[in-house]
Amino acid sequence: MSMLSLIVFLPLAVAAVLAAAPAIGPTAGRWIWVSVCAAELVLVGIVWAGYEDPGPNGLAFEEQVPWIPGVNSSYHVGVDGLSLPLLAMTAVVFLACSVYALRDTDRTRVQAALFLFLQGVSLGVFVAADLILFFVFFDLSIVGMYFVIAGWGHGNAARSALKFFLYTFLGSLALLLGFIGLYVAAEPHTFDIPELVAAAPLEGSALTGGLVLAAILVGLAVKTPTVPFHTWLPPAHTDAPAIGSAVLAGVLLKMGTYGFVRIAMPMLPDAWRAWAWVIVVIGIISVLYGAFVALAQTDLKRMIAYTSVNHMGYIVLALGAVGLIAENAAQARSVAVTGAMVQMVSHGLITAALFLLAGVMQDRSGTYDMGSYGGLAAPAPRYAALFAVGAFASLGLPGFSGFIAEFQVFAGSIALAPVTAVALLGILVTAALFLRALQRVFTGPAEGRSPGFADLRPRELWSVGPLLGLSLLIGVLPRFLLEVIEPAASALATLVRS
Amino acid sequence: MEASMRMLPALLLPEIIVFIGALAVLLGGSFMPRRRQWIARIMAALALLGATAAAIFAMVEPAQTAFSGTFAVDTATGMARIVTAVATLLVLGVASGEIAASPRESDTYALLLFAATGVMVLAGATDLLVLIAGFLLASIPLYGIVGLAGGWSGAEAALKTYLMGALSGILLMLGVTVLYALAGGTDYALLGETLPDAPNAAVGAGVLGVLAGLLFKAGGVPFHFWVPDASQGTGGAAATFLTTVPKVGALVAVYRLVDTVSTGEDTLLFVAAILATASMFLGNLAAYWQTDPRRLLGWSTVAQVGFLLVPVAAAGRSGLALPSLLFYLAAYAVTNVAAFAVTAALPQHRELVAYRGLVRARPGLALALLVALLGLVGTPPLAVFVGKLTTATAAWDGGHGWLALAVMLNSLLSLFYYLRWFAPVFAHPRQGAMGFPKPGGAAAWPGATAGIAAAASLALGLLAGPLWAALEGPLAM
Repeated sequence: MSMLSLIVFLPLAVAAVLAAAPAIGPTAGRWIWVSVCAAELVLVGIVWAGYEDPGPNGLAFEEQVPWIPGVNSSYHVGVDGLSLPLLAMTAVVFLACSVYALRDTDRTRVQAALFLFLQGVSLGVFVAADLILFFVFFDLSIVGMYFVIAGWGHGNAARSALKFFLYTFLGSLALLLGFIGLYVAAEPHTFDIPELVAAAPLEGSALTGGLVLAAILVGLAVKTPTVPFHTWLPPAHTDAPAIGSAVLAGVLLKMGTYGFVRIAMPMLPDAWRAWAWVIVVIGIISVLYGAFVALAQTDLKRMIAYTSVNHMGYIVLALGAVGLIAENAAQARSVAVTGAMVQMVSHGLITAALFLLAGVMQDRSGTYDMGSYGGLAAPAPRYAALFAVGAFASLGLPGFSGFIAEFQVFAGSIALAPVTAVALLGILVTAALFLRALQRVFTGPAEGRSPGFADLRPRELWSVGPLLGLSLLIGVLPRFLLEVIEPAASALATLVRS
Repeated sequence: MEASMRMLPALLLPEIIVFIGALAVLLGGSFMPRRRQWIARIMAALALLGATAAAIFAMVEPAQTAFSGTFAVDTATGMARIVTAVATLLVLGVASGEIAASPRESDTYALLLFAATGVMVLAGATDLLVLIAGFLLASIPLYGIVGLAGGWSGAEAALKTYLMGALSGILLMLGVTVLYALAGGTDYALLGETLPDAPNAAVGAGVLGVLAGLLFKAGGVPFHFWVPDASQGTGGAAATFLTTVPKVGALVAVYRLVDTVSTGEDTLLFVAAILATASMFLGNLAAYWQTDPRRLLGWSTVAQVGFLLVPVAAAGRSGLALPSLLFYLAAYAVTNVAAFAVTAALPQHRELVAYRGLVRARPGLALALLVALLGLVGTPPLAVFVGKLTTATAAWDGGHGWLALAVMLNSLLSLFYYLRWFAPVFAHPRQGAMGFPKPGGAAAWPGATAGIAAAASLALGLLAGPLWAALEGPLAM
């Protein structure tokens, strides 16, 4: 069994054992969970250390076993510069969540099993090199998250979970339809990702190519989510448990944007170029709409949820811009893709941290309403400090990963299409809303629910701290990440428009 | 030609084993005291196991025809035999808890075996007269099975099934008569040669008549009205059987007929596509607000017939069509049995809301139900997912891209009502609710059957590759 298979199936196997063995007590369950997450991080670290760029359309740590040869679908896994950073980010976010949940008491064993299952399938999405395998993991992540929200959520959890399931299931079916379209168009018929990229099956057929891309785009746009397919996100986040929100925003949303760079762009470059403007416009609308709606929120968790729509918008914007016509812009295209990839990693780390911090609020006083707090910095200085760091990182302050990402997104996009500069307004609005939130919740005299608010406990500190620390590390020393991403990004940019 | 003119009765060994098993159970059961009727159950199970083994051995041999080309022994027949026998075996598992030591126990087993024989004949028939024989042999025991469940609802369900069956049987024979008149014979090889030159309208009318009979057996639109009533009104084992096993024979028969008659003619494929779409939408929409789990499942099987008709629309146009249909049939059979077996394990729980909190009381049963319902939705890596994927691909490959879209839309529609069922299963139990019986007792059999069928549904999905390789064989004519 190769390294990647071990990474995917270790959490799944442990999840099965945990689910099937009621004899395992809650404490043992929690620590098994944390140790598996730590082992996963080590394994991903080993892969990262041994990683060498496999070249355009190549995969490192590749493994292929036939699954359904009748339709040319196989268990095919591998990593490249687009998937490895997300693999690492996923392992980090899940470890943080397991540490955060160390004090949870509600059905701990089952919760650990569910999250390990979710971790296995999430990692599976990022290593899959076969469309059906990708879909299997993609769909299972929805099922897993449904149970997280329905089983451990609060408020109107059942309804939010239902909405989440139906909406994202719609997305996954649209995606599957697109996959079938690619399969039927390819000669010989196949679901293998590298083979489909090499074949670019719908090159030259504008109508079918456009329809297949539309199906795939709808599927990915629901998951990402972009306007107008985002309406499932705010209720799902608001009612999900803290670690559920962290995984949903940190990892699951990336499956949508990852699908753009792994499937939509390299397999349908023709259609992507034809529809590039539409994608750019959707990106800009998501950026601005997400920012302004977030500005209007009084519920902290809902506000962070809408900033996710905004942050995902930058990725869509940059990837759309790659397909636009421009002279001598190879460099700009590569920079835009790199920026989008860094944004995926960065958003995963920062938003997971912010959602975990919001969870602390719910834990202490049962509400996310920002109006119920005031002067929280006095009773909870560590909480205030970490929240401020998270907020600044999220609004793209230099020194954090968000800056590296958004700087490259805009450097690339504006060079390709100056009009994309209007999305800069989104950064301004995000800055305003985070500063306002900080001011409203943390400054001034302690009032409302603030007095008696217990400061961060060690397990909370040790889950949120490393996430923000990594964001800082990427912000200050981005080379280790960019070296992995850049070759793959420039190969993708060349593929879309050379 | 020389070989095909011979009788070769040994080729029908699986059918013969099940039929003789049915006779033995019927006669033997009359002499057994009520407490010893489990012997009849074992005899029935042995007959089905024997038939399965014989069918597997027959599949290793090259495809051929028996009884002067009127019965094909090919991959499709082989697979239909295996699925029929295994599904009937699982139904025996459901029945073991429900009707054990009841006055009609061995009679029910005999009827199940007779009907299973009819379904196998239906699947292999390559002659319209054999098709009629198969139809009658599969239908008449079915009326008895539905009615034996007893009570006023069972009687009503039996009457409705009988009337619908009689009507569609007449249409079937009318269709056969028309086709016989046009072709001058009833075997499929002759139909395939002569019908393209016959008047289109007459051929269409004849084929539609035959399809009417087969759609009744399959429980597809527009001959589906008996399905929800029968699944709700009759007993658990009977409901499991009649929503699972007859579909196997009927759909293979539909495929054979359409494949034979549609050479060089797309209209019939389009008709199949329309029938598929109608079944999918009607079944799914009608299932929406059902509160009885078995009635909901009844409508869901109508929708599943629609999914199963999708590859028929690609018959002869895509190499995936036949293997995908056979795979989906196997996947559907085990998944549907799992869902019905859960309802049979909880016979007192006839409301969806009564399932609230099942996961705490009976985690194993809840898990089986979850696998079954997610399986019916088409969640990977469960077997029905592979079925839906390959059938939709076959439809698109065969030139009906919109049908693939309809499959996806309907999967989404179906998720909503399955969620209405399994969401309460995982919710906190309500105060003063009915509660759940302890594991064990009479309900242990259906419970265990549900677990086995759900596990099979997962295994079929994961091991789709090797099975698929066994399914890729052409039809024999």
